[in-house]
Amino acid sequence: MRVLLVDDEEEFVTTLAERMSFREIDADWATSAEDALKLVETSTYDIALLDVKMPRISGLELKKRLVEKCPGMKFIFLTGHGSEDDFVAGTTEAGAAFYLVKPVNIETLVRKMNEVLNS
Amino acid sequence: MRLLEKVIPAFWDQQEVASKFKRLYNFRRIWKVTVILTSVVSILPLLFFALIDYNVTKESVESEIILRTSQFTSNVWRSVSFFLDERRAALEFAIYDNTFEELCNPVRLAELLENLKKGFGGFADIGVINSAGFQKNYIGPYTLELEGKDYSDQEWFGEVVEQGKYISDMFLGFRNVEHMVIAVKHDLPDGSFYVLRATLEQQFSNMLTQMEVSGRGDTFLINKNGMIQTPSRYYGKVFEKISLPVPRYSPKSQVIEGKNSDGTSIIVGYAYIPESPFILMVVKQKNELMKPWYETRIYLIGYLVISITVIIIWILGSATYLVSRLHSADQKRVKNLHMAEYSNKMASIGRLAAGVAHEVNNPLAIINEKAGLIKDIFTYRNEHTGDAKLISTVDAILSSVERCGKITRRLLRFARHMDVNIQQISLEEIINEVLGFLGKEAEYRDIDIIVDIDKEIPRLESDRGKLQQIFLNIINNAYAAMSDGGRLEISVRCKEEGFVSATVFDNGCGIPEPDLKRVFEPFFSTKTNRGGTGLGLSITYGLVHELGGEIHATSKAGEGTSFIITLPLKMTPKKEDKTCEYY
Repeated sequence: MRVLLVDDEEEFVTTLAERMSFREIDADWATSAEDALKLVETSTYDIALLDVKMPRISGLELKKRLVEKCPGMKFIFLTGHGSEDDFVAGTTEAGAAFYLVKPVNIETLVRKMNEVLNS
Repeated sequence: MRLLEKVIPAFWDQQEVASKFKRLYNFRRIWKVTVILTSVVSILPLLFFALIDYNVTKESVESEIILRTSQFTSNVWRSVSFFLDERRAALEFAIYDNTFEELCNPVRLAELLENLKKGFGGFADIGVINSAGFQKNYIGPYTLELEGKDYSDQEWFGEVVEQGKYISDMFLGFRNVEHMVIAVKHDLPDGSFYVLRATLEQQFSNMLTQMEVSGRGDTFLINKNGMIQTPSRYYGKVFEKISLPVPRYSPKSQVIEGKNSDGTSIIVGYAYIPESPFILMVVKQKNELMKPWYETRIYLIGYLVISITVIIIWILGSATYLVSRLHSADQKRVKNLHMAEYSNKMASIGRLAAGVAHEVNNPLAIINEKAGLIKDIFTYRNEHTGDAKLISTVDAILSSVERCGKITRRLLRFARHMDVNIQQISLEEIINEVLGFLGKEAEYRDIDIIVDIDKEIPRLESDRGKLQQIFLNIINNAYAAMSDGGRLEISVRCKEEGFVSATVFDNGCGIPEPDLKRVFEPFFSTKTNRGGTGLGLSITYGLVHELGGEIHATSKAGEGTSFIITLPLKMTPKKEDKTCEYY
């Protein structure tokens, strides 16, 4: 499974990528939407974990662009923010089950990733 | 008192709540001003016209009475004068028709007396007195006593000599019967004179006492000293002094108003009988004469009282109704302002919570991942695996992060449900969520919380945010009522078909009976001095009704309070204005 992690908190994405590698998940990371879009030019990913609130291009916007480029890609949203609008938009995009609020237990996250890949 | 409590409108005892939304009006004052002004404007003209009518009719009745009395007095006066004139004229005829010598003849005088008796009646005796004052001839019952009697030193003789005629007061004399004397003088050419003197008995009295006078009237004669001359019904016996003052001389008949010795009003008609010592008195009881008018007056006053009562009832009723409507509109206005403020506040709290959660969640996620990484390194690389202390420290960090995460997630969930959002909800979940927030306070205050929820309760179709607010308010309220170490019981049961009933009981101070009816009224608070707005339960009441439910409270002072909330399984929102039916 190849995973793309996108979050503006570098400490968060790097650590998460490293932890995934322990679990034999191949994870690349980016700290902005632009970097993420560059990464998908060269590699393919099964699933993308996107932060909802990011500078300039939000997670929701990024998802739309990624879908255009990689139609088969699955998504999970991760957010620290829980405003009503985000919640509604996020759950509409990914479904209530795949809209996760930080902090998330990594085992839960891996389980959700498997669920979304198999759905 | 209970009736009075029912009649007193709600605005009468309104409480001024420490609130920034001040009332626009002082309703009690508006009510008073309305009642007073309307009463004055409507009752004053009524009283004014009634008073005018009262006075006009009274004056006309009084002047009518005076006119009638005056006419009657005048008629009687004419009759009495005529009676006296007639008898005096008869004597004058006799004295001019007969010479002194003829009159001194007892036979002639006896004839004369007999003729007078036949012609006029009432003559009792007759005597002839010469210029020296000696009775020269006398025909009558007292021949022995009066024959040759010397009258020269008597007052009446002096008067008849001077005036040419004389009419005496009534007196008893030898006869011991009321009688009077009429004397006339005949001047002779040689300068001497003689006098013819006759006595009249009773006729006068009969004439006056037989008169029918209205108004318990009394007609009699008095002399100028106020001695009663003919029998009176009410003012004393003959020859007694009258109890009324002697009226002032007037050449014509007069009517005056006066009072009896017992204070009752009377109308007195009087007339001085010319060339006699008599005054004619016609006394009528004013009350008797006014009787018909008094009856009219009772009707007048009766109608006035009824009209005023009806007007006052109408004014009180309409003023109370209008001010009550104004009051309830104002209550609604202030309540809506409060509701708006409350919603704004909740929305602000929601935004704030979401902001804080976000700010906290990101660093929390980093801590989570970093600690997780440490654990992963130990676990996956098999380094330090035996270091139990290190692993347990990392686990402690992770579980704390988990706890923080739960708190922020709960905050976010709360914030998220501020808007209307109907969904399938488990009441147990809601209650546990609310208790999750308030659980810590209960722990600190040693409050025992017992939750007893029937497992078979189906899920409700309702608004999560509103339900949260309802339980948050009710449980907060229960906390406020309890002292430390109290007990809170929450039980949920299926009530009837389609309804669920939740009871929140606290063993706090309880609510006194009179306040219990008012706890859901807006602005009713026992904590106004401590910042309570009296809107918490009112808002809760409104929210429960919006969900199509009912809420009521039972309480015993000192033992505790139960709030019972009945909710439908399927929400049928009531109309907005229904929530205001409490006032």
